[in-house]
Amino acid sequence: MDTIKLTIDNRAVEVPKGTTILKAAEQMGIRIPTLCHFELDGLALENRPGGCRVCVVEVVGRRNLAPACITECMPDMVVKTNSFRALNARRTVLELMLSDHPNDCLQCPKSGKCELQTLAAEMGIREIPFQGRMSQYKKEFSPSIVRDANKCIMCRRCESVCHEYQSVGAIGAVERGFPAVVSTAFGKGLIDTNCVFCGQCVAVCPTGALAEVDNTGKILRDIANPDLKTCVQVAPAVRVALGEEFGMPAGSIVTGKIAAALKAIGFDYVFDTDWSADLTIMEEGTEVIGRLKAYLAGDKDVKIPVMTSCCPAWVNFYEKFYPELRDYPSTAKSPQGMFGATVKTYFADKIGVPRKKLVCVSVMPCVAKKYECEREELGVNGDPDVNYSITTRELARLIKICNIDFNSLPEAEFDSPLGMSTGAAVIFGATGGVMEAALRTAVEVLTGKTLPRIDFEEVRGLDGVREATIPVPGVADLKVAVVYGLKNARTIMEQIKAGNCPYHFVEVMACPGGCIDGAGQPYHHGDASIIKARHAAIYEADRRMPLRKSHENPEIQAIYKEFYGKPCSEKSHHLLHTLYFDKKIKFDLEN
Amino acid sequence: MDKIKNLADLRKMKESMQGRMSMRENSDSSEAIIQIKVGMATSGIASGAKETMSYLISELDKRQIKALVMQVGDMGYSYAEPTVEVTIPGKDPVVFGEVKIPRAKEIIEKYIMEGELIEGILPANYRSI
Amino acid sequence: MAVKMHILVCGGTGCSASASREIISELNKEIVAHDLTDFAKVVVTGCFGFCERGPIVKIIPDNTFYTRVKPSDAKEIIEEHIIKGRKVQRLLYVAPDTNQSVSDSKHMEFYKKQVRIALRNCGFIDPENIEEAIARDGYAALGKCLTEMTPEQVIAEIKKSGLRGRGGAGFPTGLKWEIASKSRPGEQKYVVCNADEGDPGAFMDRSLLEGDPHSILEAMAICGYCIGANNGLIYIRAEYPLAIHRLQVAIKQAKEYGLLGKDILGTGFDFDIELRYGAGAFVCGEETALIHSMEGKRGEPTFKPPFPAQSGYLGKPTNVNNVETYANIPVIINKGADWFASIGTEKSKGTKVFALAGKINNVGLIEVPMGITLREIIYEIGGGIKDGKKFKAVQTGGPSGGCLTEKHLDTPIDYDSLVAAGSMMGSGGMIVMDEDDCMVAIAKFYLGFTVDESCGKCTPCRVGNRRLLEILTRITDGKGTMKDLEDLKNLSAVIKDTALCGLGQTSPNPVLSTINNFWDEYVEHVVDKKCRAGQCKALKKYTIDPAKCKGCTACARACPVSAISGTVKNPHVINQLDCIKCGTCVEKCKFGAITVQ
Repeated sequence: MDTIKLTIDNRAVEVPKGTTILKAAEQMGIRIPTLCHFELDGLALENRPGGCRVCVVEVVGRRNLAPACITECMPDMVVKTNSFRALNARRTVLELMLSDHPNDCLQCPKSGKCELQTLAAEMGIREIPFQGRMSQYKKEFSPSIVRDANKCIMCRRCESVCHEYQSVGAIGAVERGFPAVVSTAFGKGLIDTNCVFCGQCVAVCPTGALAEVDNTGKILRDIANPDLKTCVQVAPAVRVALGEEFGMPAGSIVTGKIAAALKAIGFDYVFDTDWSADLTIMEEGTEVIGRLKAYLAGDKDVKIPVMTSCCPAWVNFYEKFYPELRDYPSTAKSPQGMFGATVKTYFADKIGVPRKKLVCVSVMPCVAKKYECEREELGVNGDPDVNYSITTRELARLIKICNIDFNSLPEAEFDSPLGMSTGAAVIFGATGGVMEAALRTAVEVLTGKTLPRIDFEEVRGLDGVREATIPVPGVADLKVAVVYGLKNARTIMEQIKAGNCPYHFVEVMACPGGCIDGAGQPYHHGDASIIKARHAAIYEADRRMPLRKSHENPEIQAIYKEFYGKPCSEKSHHLLHTLYFDKKIKFDLEN
Repeated sequence: MDKIKNLADLRKMKESMQGRMSMRENSDSSEAIIQIKVGMATSGIASGAKETMSYLISELDKRQIKALVMQVGDMGYSYAEPTVEVTIPGKDPVVFGEVKIPRAKEIIEKYIMEGELIEGILPANYRSI
Repeated sequence: MAVKMHILVCGGTGCSASASREIISELNKEIVAHDLTDFAKVVVTGCFGFCERGPIVKIIPDNTFYTRVKPSDAKEIIEEHIIKGRKVQRLLYVAPDTNQSVSDSKHMEFYKKQVRIALRNCGFIDPENIEEAIARDGYAALGKCLTEMTPEQVIAEIKKSGLRGRGGAGFPTGLKWEIASKSRPGEQKYVVCNADEGDPGAFMDRSLLEGDPHSILEAMAICGYCIGANNGLIYIRAEYPLAIHRLQVAIKQAKEYGLLGKDILGTGFDFDIELRYGAGAFVCGEETALIHSMEGKRGEPTFKPPFPAQSGYLGKPTNVNNVETYANIPVIINKGADWFASIGTEKSKGTKVFALAGKINNVGLIEVPMGITLREIIYEIGGGIKDGKKFKAVQTGGPSGGCLTEKHLDTPIDYDSLVAAGSMMGSGGMIVMDEDDCMVAIAKFYLGFTVDESCGKCTPCRVGNRRLLEILTRITDGKGTMKDLEDLKNLSAVIKDTALCGLGQTSPNPVLSTINNFWDEYVEHVVDKKCRAGQCKALKKYTIDPAKCKGCTACARACPVSAISGTVKNPHVINQLDCIKCGTCVEKCKFGAITVQ
């Protein structure tokens, strides 16, 4: 490979051709601050507009300063990252940015996690020499996301994920000059746009301009209400990420501590979404097997590929962009939805509490789950199956608010009967996990034989699109695909539309790497190693489980025996399956 | 119109046009007719060049004066739009500025019919290659 | 009997100031006295642009040109020239180079001050008639390139001509083409014409497209031939409906005549041109922003490299040139690079079109050879400053440029000298200012334009320019401090150093150049709270001279905010705290008692 020799801060360095000054400096232990620049190595997510100008450095002989994040190293370049000229410019740029930024750090949802705040602290900003007009935009609330455009610094990270990564394009830069800001077309509310509430914009926003809707207050109020019983479920990916909020290394598995913390907060029943993930596999797996068998038998009406439907942003995506293809995804509700439906019927009856008096909370790595809770079809007469969904970050806040020292908390078990789960459920948290869990059950059911191996390594990994052929002896060679990022999902939808989709079964997750980097997870600030550590932890948690196939979960077997009868029974169709709607956004330019 | 198929065609067309144009470039030709150019760029039109041009055409027609009235681009005299250049055969072109209808009438009656110069002459101060 | 002789007298402001009116009346008196009314006629004309030697008198038909004529010369002109046909030798123009007197104005060097190369057909041909363009060598250069020259030869010719981009920055055109031609050979490429003219007061490109659209089409085809592109795109703002119409007509005609489209002139070369409409954003004149806008994206610049020649429209190699640059191409091919390079200065060849505007008599579209001085443009072509006021500055380069002053009047104008003087060529706006113009307000005006037109992508331009404008506003409002002046300088330097694109990097130029050239004026605003040009309303102070005030109460009754108090027949007083400086009282006062400071 061609290399380039250059000098940075009086030290010689040799880097491969095409390396940016920022990366070259990083290798030498020189940290040039950045704001707009963002990339998740290995997850194909990046934003390099070169717009914030915080990373400017002096290149000797160059007329103006160079943005380190996008300027490539050239032979014999002499770079000064800390000359007075560069430092003064960097500071002035930051001061300018702060001169149009609200000074309400104390109340800001990003306080302590804000990259702008951190940078201002590192640069030792003590006053802002520029006074003048400040942006005055209204806050906008949606079921999942709160936008405070006054805090937008036009880094365009959100725009990049929304357009490039998700191919959704709900938000982008509008206006020009000083009023330029990232917003929706015609200033509409997110709910009226193509937004699928994946929340990746929130995950990458360096400031408090984008945040999740906070439900912690409502939960504390309901717990304190003696008329109500509260139960909570915790999604798989939460247990490998929550520890980060308490200073633990990324990838720490804190399942037992979560159960203990939720009990300490005061929930009456602490259950596990992993339980309903196993239930999902039973329902979805059965549906896949049924549709596949019909397809292989020559039924022309059956829709193949079957697509997973547990990611709420993905559900929103096909309802908004491909309503005509909404017969392809499985009708199975998401694990959160199945849990809610079971709790508000079977469990409410069991403990003798009317459903209106039973509050169901979910802890999710996700902000789209908040929108899912509000879906009318996932409730009865206006009483939602899941009352509130909170993110991993909100759970961390609840724990802190409730004076719980998470780190020294002894581990506890989830309650029964909705608390036991298998390894197949925990891998729902990573891309490829639903596929693998479904295969563990479906292949055994189809062949009638115990699997010789449980690990379907071929569907694991962190590539955005992965495909595999799974031989099912005596049935077919099963062609499967696993994708994350809705842009990749769009490719598959286009293949289906064109009639050339080669797959039988497709798993789709909206977020990078699946739920482990869901928009409700602790902020990673562009550090891909955090996501990789969570990814490894998910599979580690799977390995540690005594049971690793959903159909072997005794509590699942019990509920079928006791309540649902069998997978895809009439009762389960009624409670565990759902419908999708045509929600295509029609832009009316007149209004 | 047939397509210009090669360079020879193009040259032929240039030559055939040359007659008409040379008369304009060099007004000494005696058979030539009076040529009137009206500056019809955005600025000219905004200052009323269209009205001036249609007035000139109809008025010359009415008086049965044979003249070629044509639109051209910006002559450069923005301060004196609309501008009209009149070339009487055998004479140098004369540019008149601020040619609204009264002045257009004067140009026809005095300059074109009598050869008498009127106010509003703009001295040409450029040469075109 | 028809009038045989015409005596043209310059009626421009300069000559009027130097007694041309008296000359006219003297001439008329003499004509009547000699009973010549049927034979000779005095005609007042527009400015001859030779004010330095005014008043000017010209005799038609013999084109005799008299300079520095005095009213007392009228008698001699009539008696000698008109009656006896003898030229008045002592009034003839003496050519400075030969020291010979020149009688025929056609031979005077002065009339060559403006040389129309780019504008050669503007105002000459009917722009909606392709045959007239062809008669004036239209498409001959394309024919020559396609049949007699290789692309390399054409590029070499353009390089040799020394033509530089007329859009502002002055990048060598031949080099630009060469880079595009060598970039990813064999791939689809694009030729783009940047017709997104956006400087306030500039209309060079519009006039060119309206007056001579075929030259642009021809040049784009030549460029396509050179770089290996078969597609041309003209990015033009939708506010130019006439230019768009003329281009549409021209493209249609060129296709009908086989001069665009498939197999042009039987050479096998295909080239098509389409129009793309912009919404009139200044920043879309920046080539990367222009390309994004054409792609249907937000019109904002991206970092270079990659340059458009590497990755432009739809990611393909793209050559972007400005309208005026293209207009020069066919002439260079037809007349040769040497001819073109003989015009202009060492590093800036050919001519430049300027839109001359502001406090000048002959506002207009001019084309002058590089190397001409500002003095020649302002006083000779422009006819001097309006109303005989004093010249103060000239702004070139639009919002990216700067102000040049008296000391720059004799600097030969080219790309490099303008940059050295703290301004730039820009696309060719040239706005002349006189003593009534406040330089702080001028800087504020240009900055206001940039603030509106910034795309908002990078922080220094989005926020920094806004803050600069706010500081300038404080100064013109009389609330400025010396620290504000320091902040202006520092912030301007940082914006220049850090902004993403050319718009942002040059946006502080009007501020910096006025600070450099008119520092005293800034200090006056801040320290003395005074605006010497009287433009900054907040700094005006209206006072009533008690000695002149008769106590008529007219001012007090007219004051919209009741800031004037006083009793009948006693001197009135203006309450400075209430005064909104509207000036109504001054208009109402019949005694001239109210003064403005």
